Amino acid sequence: MSLLKRIFEHFLKRDQATAGGGPKAIEKQVAQGKLPARERITAILDPGTFHEYDLFVEHKCQDFGMDKKSLPGDGVVTGTGKILGHPVCIYAQDFTVAGGSLGLAHARKITKIMDHAVKLGIPLIGINDSGGARIQEGVNSLAGYGEIFYRNTLASGVIPQISIILGPCAGGAVYSPALTDFVFVVDRISKMFITGPEVIKTVLGEEVTMEELGGARVQAEISGNAHFYSESELECFEQVKKLVTFIPWNNKKTADPFPARFPKAGADVMTIIPAEPTKPYDVRDVIRAVCDDSDFFEIQALWASNIVVGFARLEGQSIGVVANQPKVLAGVLDVDSSDKAARFIRFCDAFNIPLVTFVDLPGYLPGVDQEHAGVIRHGAKILYAYSEATVPKITVILRKAYGGGYIAMCSRHLGADFVFAWPTAEIAVMGPEGAANIIFKAEIAAAKDPDAFRKQKVAEYTEKFASPYIAAANGHVDAVISPNETRDFLVHAIEISQQKTETRPPRKHGIPPF
Amino acid sequence: MGERRTLIIDDTAYETRVTRKFARRQPYAPKDLRRVAAFIPGVIRAVHVASGDRVRKGQGLLVLEAMKMQNDVAAPEEAVVKAVHVSPGDTVSKGQLLLEFE
Repeated sequence: MSLLKRIFEHFLKRDQATAGGGPKAIEKQVAQGKLPARERITAILDPGTFHEYDLFVEHKCQDFGMDKKSLPGDGVVTGTGKILGHPVCIYAQDFTVAGGSLGLAHARKITKIMDHAVKLGIPLIGINDSGGARIQEGVNSLAGYGEIFYRNTLASGVIPQISIILGPCAGGAVYSPALTDFVFVVDRISKMFITGPEVIKTVLGEEVTMEELGGARVQAEISGNAHFYSESELECFEQVKKLVTFIPWNNKKTADPFPARFPKAGADVMTIIPAEPTKPYDVRDVIRAVCDDSDFFEIQALWASNIVVGFARLEGQSIGVVANQPKVLAGVLDVDSSDKAARFIRFCDAFNIPLVTFVDLPGYLPGVDQEHAGVIRHGAKILYAYSEATVPKITVILRKAYGGGYIAMCSRHLGADFVFAWPTAEIAVMGPEGAANIIFKAEIAAAKDPDAFRKQKVAEYTEKFASPYIAAANGHVDAVISPNETRDFLVHAIEISQQKTETRPPRKHGIPPF
Repeated sequence: MGERRTLIIDDTAYETRVTRKFARRQPYAPKDLRRVAAFIPGVIRAVHVASGDRVRKGQGLLVLEAMKMQNDVAAPEEAVVKAVHVSPGDTVSKGQLLLEFE
């Protein structure tokens, strides 16, 4: 055989292997607004950077007629490439090949690229589009899932792991995304659940559509399983690319710096917050007024929106932002917002991203439902995450910081390196109304005009305690600053914290209140 | 974002908006031991008692099959059955009233 013929044949083989499930299956995929697996990868990666491996890997299953079936690439595409210059390992399940079902060979391709990602110290991106376990392969298929989960766990906090759900992701398959750091979903395309509508109907008699049960909107707004929601696959890929620019390759590095930019003109930090502590505003306006280019990249924007988390930059340096949102539920901490913040704080700490916290909250949300849902256990996560974090921790108290909420929001007492407070800050055990009602309960009841007396006592309490100066006098606040000095103080604090070292006693691992 | 509301915390009323989840909260109702409801959706396989029967604490009232498991539903305390609302073969949804005591 001539050399040329061999090379020619190799191209033929490649064409066959990359044809996926064939034109019909691909047409069906595209008709649903879904891109084929390889197109998805090339749409995310920089042009010409995708290098595919294990194209000729196929299953070895002999049962149920599988020995006569050839599944190109065994239903998954794996390789490496770059996103805006950042190297990544990537895999995409190919729904056109046997419904993207996961057999042992399929799983081994995935675990191989995962092992690469950890050894090379670069992020892992997984695109999920699969009907689930390949039933014909039985327990070997389950073994495949288990080996993926095990690697997801060992890679956690070592390399960033990103999951993109672009199709069904059902049953055990959901746990790989759940173990990764960021989950992306797309409207009408992503479907995630443990048991599907069919099973729920036959077993429990409850009728629900796939979309209502585990569609993109549900995962992004109700369950909190997803971190990023978008309307189309291409919009989703833009979000993935943007995320990669904020995070480092691995836990030994820091995020690549960007050119420094001023906040956009028009974002006037002096006029955002209302003077009355009971009036709402959008805390994201404060973040945008302070950060580079007024560019705040929010995570889990739709879920537990009484707390805001996301990435931004200060003088080009990537930071993680946590902020109470007075616009929603008065910015209280509750079960969901504690979970959301705690997880984000741990991500930032694992990947050397400094934390900036903006505080304005009345405390924890009262209610039987909260107590019964375990607000004690969940609320403890935020204390744990902040206390455990050794990255630079900088806190800005904007307005209210009452009671347990004050402590939880990265106070000096949980190890904040710098605590700044605006002159509007009120650092107190509780709001003036509640405090006066308790302290002067007997006097109010005995007063000739209880209401007038109560108002007077509230005013006195406000005057005396609802300010940043008692906390500042005790050193719990390092500096009281004007809102328009915030960026300068933050930039300086981040700059001088570059070499911060803080050690913890050696231990196998802590026991966070999961 | 959800509807505008005031949220009262420590006697102070805050102007804010609420999440969908918050708006859908059910007010807390203490458990009523006189009403036996289905704790899981399923099918009634047997009914052991009838209206007027006096039952002991822990006595089997009915069998509710769900998730391939026949669950014995027992009396929470000594009581007299006032009404039985289901018969064997009935499909019941979660929270559906099955039986009442006097």
